[in-house]
Amino acid sequence: MAEQQRVSIPGTTLFDDIQAQKGYALNKMCFSFNDKANRDAFKADEAAYCARFGLTAPQLAAVQSRNVLQLIAAGGNVYYLAKFAGIFGLDVQDIGAQQTGMSKDEFKQKLLNAGQ
Amino acid sequence: MAKIVGSIVTSHVPAIGRAIAGNLQNEPYWKPFFDAFPPIHRWLDEVKPDVAVVVYNDHGLNFFLDKMPTFSVGAAPEYRNADEGWGIPTLPPFTGDTELSWHLINQLVNKEFDLTTCQEMLVDHAFTLPLKLLWPQEGACPIKVVPVCINTVQFPIPSASRCYKLGEAIGEAIAAWDSDARVVVIGTGGLSHQLDGERAGFINKPFDLQFMQSLVDNPKWATQYTVEQLVEHTGSQGIELLMWLAARATIKGDVRALQNTYHLPISNTAAGVMLLEPLA
Repeated sequence: MAEQQRVSIPGTTLFDDIQAQKGYALNKMCFSFNDKANRDAFKADEAAYCARFGLTAPQLAAVQSRNVLQLIAAGGNVYYLAKFAGIFGLDVQDIGAQQTGMSKDEFKQKLLNAGQ
Repeated sequence: MAKIVGSIVTSHVPAIGRAIAGNLQNEPYWKPFFDAFPPIHRWLDEVKPDVAVVVYNDHGLNFFLDKMPTFSVGAAPEYRNADEGWGIPTLPPFTGDTELSWHLINQLVNKEFDLTTCQEMLVDHAFTLPLKLLWPQEGACPIKVVPVCINTVQFPIPSASRCYKLGEAIGEAIAAWDSDARVVVIGTGGLSHQLDGERAGFINKPFDLQFMQSLVDNPKWATQYTVEQLVEHTGSQGIELLMWLAARATIKGDVRALQNTYHLPISNTAAGVMLLEPLA
């Protein structure tokens, strides 16, 4: 394998070749949630829907937990995960709050503070 | 020959779609952002572009990880918006300009940009919302469009320097197009924001402001950074400034900023809007 320097940015997972391979099944399922029929099928029978995509054990556990950091660790890409979060009516501030361990109001305040 | 009348760069945060649908433009949260647009509408009424080349990034509507082109150009007679999964209203189809599409494709490949060409292409919020901001009237967008999509989903992401060169090549191709069309180039995305990880909510106002100024004073400024450095400075999704850079680079020589708005936050994002007009 060619020499490649991996860059480390705290609190950040670059969606690189490693993540793209690891997360393929999970991201493929999340991509399918562009269609309402698929979102409905997931809601109707979550286990059966996940089984169709062959999720890995960590991916299944992460989906069950609804935990975004865990979903990222399992290879999830945030653009596809946003479609998964949409099923539960969660927006990017909900998932921002969850990932940073804040309440949504605290997270919004953090964003406001960035403008000062 | 065709002429680039100007370049407009703007954020494309999905929440803008909700604000438009809910008529929230005058709410205190939204007003500073939406106020950037009436002067641009007046400018568009004056310069009357015929076609918009829209440089944007797909977020998993048209492209999945099975096939992920670095640069792709639409060559369709019509582009449809579709459900992205999290519930903003779908906008009406956009009319393509296939003559300009194929002209761009031919010229760009000839200049060694090995593109993916798309005769069918769904366009997501990053394409549709900026056009709705610029042409807010009911119904379909009144001018023709050519989408140019840059991969910012999966690394390796093309470098700032490469995106700048792509923009220059698009500008040269438009200038060489045997047409009297007036072309506006739109770049969408940014500015600093990060949706994922413990660093979610990251915003870097000083960097954003420096970047915006650089588009006027020193447009290649951002090309000194690697993609990873840009992520460090602007957040994982702040990398969308690449689209602004490519759009700016389509204009040869100096520009003046006729509109320059920076406002944060919109959702998790520092939002920016600029209208750049060629001086020459």
